[in-house]
Amino acid sequence: MSKANSSTDTGARTDAAGAGTEAEREQERVDHAAGEQLSTAPREERPETESESGTGVPAMGVVGWIRWFWRQLTSMRVALILLFLLSLGAIPGSLIPQTSVDDLKVQNFKDQHTTLTPIYEKLQLFDVYSSVWFSAIYILLFVSLIGCIVPRTGQFVGQLRSRPPGAPKRLTRLPAYTTWRTEAEPEAVREAALGVLGKRRFRAHPVGDAVAAEKGYLREAGNLIFHIALIVMLVAFAAGQLFKSEGGKLVVEGDGFANTLTQYDDFKSGSLYDSDSLAPFSFVLDDFVGTYEESGPQRGTPRTFEARVKYTEGADGPERKSVIRVNEPLVVDGTKVYLIAHGYAPVVTVRDGKGKVVLRSSVPLLPIDNNITSTGAIKVMDGYRDRYGVKTQLGFKAFFVPTFAGHGKGQMFSQFPGAEFPVLALSAYRGSLGVDSGLPQNVYQLDTSKMKEFKNEDGELLKKMLRPGEKLDLADGEGSITFDGIEEWASFQISQQPGNGWALGGAIAAIAGLAGSLFIQRRRVWVRAVRGEDGVTVVEMAGLGRSESAKLPEELGDLAAALITTAPVAPEKPVAPEKPVAPEKPDAPEKPDANEAGSRPVHPADAPAEGAEK
Amino acid sequence: MNLAAATNESLAHTSNVLIYSSMAVYTLAFFAHIAEWVLGSRSKVGRTAAALSGSAAGASAPVVVAQGGSTAVLERPKVVTRSAAGTRDVPDGPGAAGGTFKGDLWGRIAVSLTVVAFAVEAGGVITRALSVQRAPWANMYEFSITFSTVAVGSYLVLLALKKNVRWIGLPLVTTVLLDLGIAVTTLYTDSDQLVPALHSYWLWIHVSTAIICGAVFYLGAVGTVLYLFRDSYENKLAGGGTPGKFAASVMERLPSASSLDKFAYRINAAVFPLWTFTIIAGAIWAGDAWGRYWGWDPKEVWSFITWVAYAAYLHARATAGWKGRKAAYLALVAFACWLFNYYGVNIFVTGLHSYAGV
Ligand code: HEM
Repeated sequence: MSKANSSTDTGARTDAAGAGTEAEREQERVDHAAGEQLSTAPREERPETESESGTGVPAMGVVGWIRWFWRQLTSMRVALILLFLLSLGAIPGSLIPQTSVDDLKVQNFKDQHTTLTPIYEKLQLFDVYSSVWFSAIYILLFVSLIGCIVPRTGQFVGQLRSRPPGAPKRLTRLPAYTTWRTEAEPEAVREAALGVLGKRRFRAHPVGDAVAAEKGYLREAGNLIFHIALIVMLVAFAAGQLFKSEGGKLVVEGDGFANTLTQYDDFKSGSLYDSDSLAPFSFVLDDFVGTYEESGPQRGTPRTFEARVKYTEGADGPERKSVIRVNEPLVVDGTKVYLIAHGYAPVVTVRDGKGKVVLRSSVPLLPIDNNITSTGAIKVMDGYRDRYGVKTQLGFKAFFVPTFAGHGKGQMFSQFPGAEFPVLALSAYRGSLGVDSGLPQNVYQLDTSKMKEFKNEDGELLKKMLRPGEKLDLADGEGSITFDGIEEWASFQISQQPGNGWALGGAIAAIAGLAGSLFIQRRRVWVRAVRGEDGVTVVEMAGLGRSESAKLPEELGDLAAALITTAPVAPEKPVAPEKPVAPEKPDAPEKPDANEAGSRPVHPADAPAEGAEK
Repeated sequence: MNLAAATNESLAHTSNVLIYSSMAVYTLAFFAHIAEWVLGSRSKVGRTAAALSGSAAGASAPVVVAQGGSTAVLERPKVVTRSAAGTRDVPDGPGAAGGTFKGDLWGRIAVSLTVVAFAVEAGGVITRALSVQRAPWANMYEFSITFSTVAVGSYLVLLALKKNVRWIGLPLVTTVLLDLGIAVTTLYTDSDQLVPALHSYWLWIHVSTAIICGAVFYLGAVGTVLYLFRDSYENKLAGGGTPGKFAASVMERLPSASSLDKFAYRINAAVFPLWTFTIIAGAIWAGDAWGRYWGWDPKEVWSFITWVAYAAYLHARATAGWKGRKAAYLALVAFACWLFNYYGVNIFVTGLHSYAGV
């Protein structure tokens, strides 16, 4: 800010600049100030003028070190390095299986690579994105970001309060320049320039013999908004991770789900999650519809998946209907219900020897391939007595194909995911299911270690392939199992993640800020009007932008064209017919010093800088 | 149903024919460009070299002549431009044709052929879309043909805007041929409908912007590579070295290093917000499709890496000591990340983006 102020003063610089090098130095300073603060980007090389001890190794104690470290951390170079490290650090996570993405794959990898695994585990390569080193990179980056934004915001506010710096002495040195002579009074020209610039929403003010103007502050604002939005997004993402909950539930057609912890098949939550915050709602799966490509090379490719549900919000809200599709979750009270997977659940009836029904249920089976060949287990826990009236448990290994190839045609694998020719293959066991052993049991697997096989006439394991409606008779008087029909099941992921709105808002702000930052040019324009030696006014205009842009000369041309209407070009002096004097004029007021002559361009009369406009 | 399938099949066939035809026309454009460069090499250009050796004169550019003529009151004054301090003041080369009439003629023929090839290829993409009745970018084949169409389209738009970009013609047409060659041989997939996971209007938004970003980033990358060559050439000249004859003949016809650098920067900077949007749109879609908006799926990871790499490039441009060549290398790394995201991830890594079947 102090710089900005000092540069404002320079407009009132006295032109008694005869004192050679003194003037040169002053000149340097002024020219520098003209471009100064066109952005708030931190300076990479700090001049060791201020109280700080320069950029080298700090000489003082702890405070010095901290300050040095902070200055390094918030410098552009370190931000750049951290960005680079961040992208480098993200790579391993895409090549090595990640626990957070696919647990099973990680397990397989560990089984296959016994030597690598311990090393990877040490380096946290199975959890890259929550690893200490990855977190360190992005936390440093964001500390750096905050350390960058705060002073830049202050600086920017300062710039908004102060005014564009005065014109550099030699406008000819700037990237875009134009000049002409006019008979209008210098004061009138400056007045008109103020008007022209103001009309184009430049912030303009007169400084000495010139008008200084600046435009495009939104660039800086956009840049700051973008960087702040990054922080908002990060915080929202972190909050989402900490407070989220996510669980899975498999529901067979006709069944329902209520959103309480006990109803979930599996449940994960962030470390700050509170189970009381589950949104109260429930739904019933009325129907699941899956259709598949019927013919052609992509036969069997899924076409539609739809879960038709009825849901109730709150404890006793009205019942509503909805359809959940793969890309269209059901949103209830901030919780989203996604359709994740689906499969078949054969409906079976088990009877004992007396014909009493001991189990009638649809049994969800797990798909093992794309054509939904499915496996699972049917378990009769209680209610069954064998022909001697002894209580025992029954178990069936189930293998289901929605579309069977036909007897003798290869293996028992499904040919098509739709239920075109469903067949259920069962094999029967009795004994103890081991349910009470205290060990967690997989509902889809049958533990036959404490069970005996039912035998057929040949003394082999009793098994049979059933079409809907068909029945497998167990041994004499032991009862039967009937394959009544098929239901479908769908599994849902129910997740709740706060902060999504903030993340989205941050993202939108980031894009808007970025667009402002990259598409808006911040630039300065100076108009100087002074009376030449011959009494004719010389107008000089020059523009300076943050980066060279083709638009800057164009804009300067537009401004000049507008100004020329009030300050028309003066007729040529007959004195020097081939060579107008104008080019020499601009610096005329400061004429005396010979030092400048060398660096000032010589003007060959025949080189009108043709084509420079492009 | 069958009838519809039949028309679809014939449309798909038409699409294939159009793609092959466009390859033929691109090949002609390629040869026309070669002719342009060869004929152009016969001209005595030598301007750049002269400009460099006489750089003292070059620096005195801001020569101004006040608007002459007493009557031309409303005439627009001339604006003199001048490079910022620290950059070489080297004029742009005259282009591939080297200012020769014949070279220029062939260059124009090449551009016309490119326009034709573009139209034919675009027809191929559209018929493909019609044959499957959806956006034509559900697998790598479709992605590739759309990608090259958009790259050529962007180039033609720049040409139509009268930007000085004809120098991109030869490298672009060459790589488009390469891209299409790979597409029709190894990546080809029969046209078909989408799996339900891809049924979403986000497909239109997310994937179309991804393709546009890639195509335009590609133009930027070509500019960057040429910048690096041209910059070493200029360095060599400025250092008093004499580049090889062939290098000199090619390089002196290109725009100056600073023009190429600016071109690449503008392209990359202009697309960066769109790329940001692409990633965010993808995250929103992922939120709907998979129940989380960000899950470090390989495709997501590489989009992120690409994004960070481009951000690093933009930062480098604003960091003392990193401008110029170092920033250019970063830009190339960033584009390599994009390419890997597109080809590498689909081929070498498995993730949720399973449509990416080869
Ligand atoms: C989270 C990581 C960051 C990302 C993704 C990021 C991204 C970007 C992007 C895309 C731009 C280009 C916009 C433009 O050129 O105007 C930019 C500019 C800028 N960034 Fe960052 N940035 C990050 C962190 C930082 C940090 C830590 C600093 C401070 C040291 C910083 C300082 C700047 C400055 C000063 C500019 C403006 C450069 C100019 O004016 O050309 N950024 N940033």
